[in-house]
Amino acid sequence: MNVIGKPRRRVDARSKVTGRTRFADDLALPRMAHCRLLRSPHPHAEILAVDVSRAAALSGVYLVLTGEAFPVSFGIMPVSQDEYPLARGKVRYVGDPVAAVVARDEQTCAEALAEIEVKYRPLATIASPAEALATPEPRIHDYGPQGNIHRLQAYEFGDVEEALARADHVFEDVFFYEGNTHLAIEQHAALAAPEGEGGVVLYSSTQNPHYLHRQLARVLQLPASKVRVVAMPNGGGFGGKCDPANHEMVVAKAALALGRPVKICLNREEVFYLHRGRHPVLMRLRTGVTKDGRLTGVHLQTLLDGGAYGSHGPASTFYTGVLTPTTYELPRFKFEACRVFTNKPPCGPKRGHGTPQPRFGQEVQLDKIAEKLGLDPAELRLRIAVKPDSLTANWLRIGSTGLAECIRQVVERSGWKEKFRKLPEGRGVGLACSAYMCGAGLPIYWNKLPHSGVQLLADRSGQVTAFCGATEVGQGSDDVLAAIVAEVLGIAPDDVRLVTGDTGLTPVDLGSYSSRVTVMMGNAALRAAEQLKARIAAAAAEELGVAPHRVAFANGRVSVAGEPSKAMAFREAVELAEARFGTLAATGSYTPPKPAGKYKGAGVGPSPAYSYSACVVEVEVDRASGWISVPKIWIAHDIGRVVNPVLARGQVVGSVYMGLAEALMEEQAFRRLPPKLSDALVHRIPSILEYKSPTSLDMPEVETILVEEPDPNCPFGAKEVGQGPLLPVPPALANAIYDAVGVRIDELPITPDKVLRALELKAQGKNPRIGPEAFPAVPYPKPVFVPPPWEGGDGGEAKRHDAAAVV
Amino acid sequence: MGAARGREALLRRNVQLRLHVNGEAVEVSFPPYKTLLEVLREDLGLTGTKHGCELGECGACAVLVDGEPQLACLVLGLECEGRSVETVEGLAQGGTLHPLQAAFADLGAAQCGYCTPGMLMTAKALLEREPAPSRERIREAISGNLCRCTGYAQIVEAIEAAARAMRERA
Repeated sequence: MNVIGKPRRRVDARSKVTGRTRFADDLALPRMAHCRLLRSPHPHAEILAVDVSRAAALSGVYLVLTGEAFPVSFGIMPVSQDEYPLARGKVRYVGDPVAAVVARDEQTCAEALAEIEVKYRPLATIASPAEALATPEPRIHDYGPQGNIHRLQAYEFGDVEEALARADHVFEDVFFYEGNTHLAIEQHAALAAPEGEGGVVLYSSTQNPHYLHRQLARVLQLPASKVRVVAMPNGGGFGGKCDPANHEMVVAKAALALGRPVKICLNREEVFYLHRGRHPVLMRLRTGVTKDGRLTGVHLQTLLDGGAYGSHGPASTFYTGVLTPTTYELPRFKFEACRVFTNKPPCGPKRGHGTPQPRFGQEVQLDKIAEKLGLDPAELRLRIAVKPDSLTANWLRIGSTGLAECIRQVVERSGWKEKFRKLPEGRGVGLACSAYMCGAGLPIYWNKLPHSGVQLLADRSGQVTAFCGATEVGQGSDDVLAAIVAEVLGIAPDDVRLVTGDTGLTPVDLGSYSSRVTVMMGNAALRAAEQLKARIAAAAAEELGVAPHRVAFANGRVSVAGEPSKAMAFREAVELAEARFGTLAATGSYTPPKPAGKYKGAGVGPSPAYSYSACVVEVEVDRASGWISVPKIWIAHDIGRVVNPVLARGQVVGSVYMGLAEALMEEQAFRRLPPKLSDALVHRIPSILEYKSPTSLDMPEVETILVEEPDPNCPFGAKEVGQGPLLPVPPALANAIYDAVGVRIDELPITPDKVLRALELKAQGKNPRIGPEAFPAVPYPKPVFVPPPWEGGDGGEAKRHDAAAVV
Repeated sequence: MGAARGREALLRRNVQLRLHVNGEAVEVSFPPYKTLLEVLREDLGLTGTKHGCELGECGACAVLVDGEPQLACLVLGLECEGRSVETVEGLAQGGTLHPLQAAFADLGAAQCGYCTPGMLMTAKALLEREPAPSRERIREAISGNLCRCTGYAQIVEAIEAAARAMRERA
């Protein structure tokens, strides 16, 4: 191969290092007006009246909008369309948008916002999952199974109680993973402008232009053909730009109303409120093991703090359970999950979406299991690593897996055997593994359409243009598209012109989420390029006087295979093809394989392939201060096939960084104001200064090992790399701290104060553990019961379940 | 109230300033409350310098003012009369990338590219002062520039590579 696997400057690198890349905030149009939002100061309140008359009368104010302008709700998931662009009737978190001002400049907007009068009647605040369960009234939303519960899910794959009963040991642990936020350096921005006859175009920092397109048409009550969304390159996404957002709807509406462009740029405080970040998750994990370390069954219960709106919540809730069986052989599995509403910024998808939390729990528990059984944690994992070409208890189809090789690699490179339980007191190593999906097998809304489409144009100039709805969020989506087309056509990636993320110009791609782009866009690109290649080969073959299958494409030349002297420039071959076939176009599309499971809910979890990671973290813990330093991290990732090693390593190290950040310091935390100041629940720290994230000085050395276990479902075998490598980092850190100082911190983030408290407990001879003590009573319904593949059945339900088990 | 409104009107009246931007003498007119970041982006069309927080917390808007790295969101445009400002747009010479830009491009130091301009300008200031900085010095120098994509490793490596290239060229 000439392109795939070779280290290269990414195709958008020059634009990015010269400042030429245009992000949404960099756009300006003639007659452009500006917009700002008025946000709720109350976490939960009824809106009694909104008076905008003084604001509207200010000089330079063009339009003031309130909830009245938007009668239709929206939401990324069809089952949770519970948001309005501007609040109607009530507000549900501090920062909930209430009104919008459009004016000649941002300064005038700010002055006008101060003139809007809103009368609120505060309602009781629901601050935590415990409060949400204990306080069915007032309800934050008027839907959901009961009170302030948003979703309940319960599934059982084989009789788990029986599996635990016949285990040699049953381990039970409760873990907590704190919420945290994406903190992309680019703040969300959007610019809307009227287009054509009654239409509108929205340029936005969105990861998912297709879903935004649908929601925008719904809210504006326009045919989707009148709405165009252009996803500008994102200045970081990490899941934070997946949801359709209030401000995008507002500027589109305003642009249509005023007949002129309207732009909005959120400030950093507003981004903290918009959030959609990692759900705080409390979890209980009961695991049965044999004395040689094989799992007999796992019972996992999760409780998610969803914040004020649905967002991706139903999917997030599933993801706290369904991917658990993809890493180790697990004969039986039961999971019960619950998401509650609270009066905080909504949680949603962040890198790893719902899976880092249970992964943390399972990997720390495995460390405890290994110790109890007197097994090396690496050896234990090698023994139970999931096998290739297998089905999991919940009917997920595993294809290739390089997990065992990943474990062997990090063990060898880190000197694990010389370090584990052998380093001096205060120093330690910890190991953990993970698996992640390469794209969600089903779209967010039910349909039978392709998940990704690529269209190619080529003409006599020799240029090739690739059109695809995929979105560049920094991960290298554009580079993968160019690389795959270039590899097939034997040209350079820089010779492929790209038009991406524009619902008015490009075939649909579902978006940059669930690590789906390389596999889904890549397969579509591969098909389109093969189709175009066949046409060019047919025309060139005629000229070269050979059969088309003997025509080879490489280095910008089209030649007879094995006879490089019989050749022509790629451009000439395209010209011949254009002369013979007319205008040259080709399309490719991709739809993932059907899930193996047939039960209701079987659509969440299946993926064309799964990536695997293993990680060793080394730590030094200062016993006097509790301070944790991380000198080095080793990580091996099974990527299937590397498309561009420069980018692949960047994704792995970036994932390690984000995982370490969540493990050590990041938290989206809240506090109650004192009663004399309204008792409101406010964000403790809506600024970058106070939301601690690692700087260049905090990052350890990371040694990256890319393991290539090509998967037949993937283009050239290439699997995902953008999310999976985050997952093993937090548990590996927690396990390393135990190795270093013998304390268990069963909750994230692991801060020095928690380490110190645990060390004090240890000194007092008490259980040296910091973490949640109990799991509350959650009204989980009777589960959907599905026999695992090895216990008969056809992937369908075998017993009756409560209807509420799959809401 | 009337007096306050009058003061406000005065504050809105544009000021006129001369300064040097990327080696070019420019004259620009803007409302006096604007930061250098806003003047660069909105009045001079230099959108390469980025907004990340407007509070001096993220480093995305770093530019060089008289050769010193400054956060453009914390400098008033008004303070820049007669001064020399360098932004990312001034780094390349025609079509030739600055060694820092070339190294960032080749070594994967720019992923989403949003922190990149500020990172490049901070690194340029460092290398002008210290042509052969240690890895530790590089990490210190860019510790005020946050990056969420890379985990910093490829950025540090790119700055080292650029420093080597610049020393060899000198």
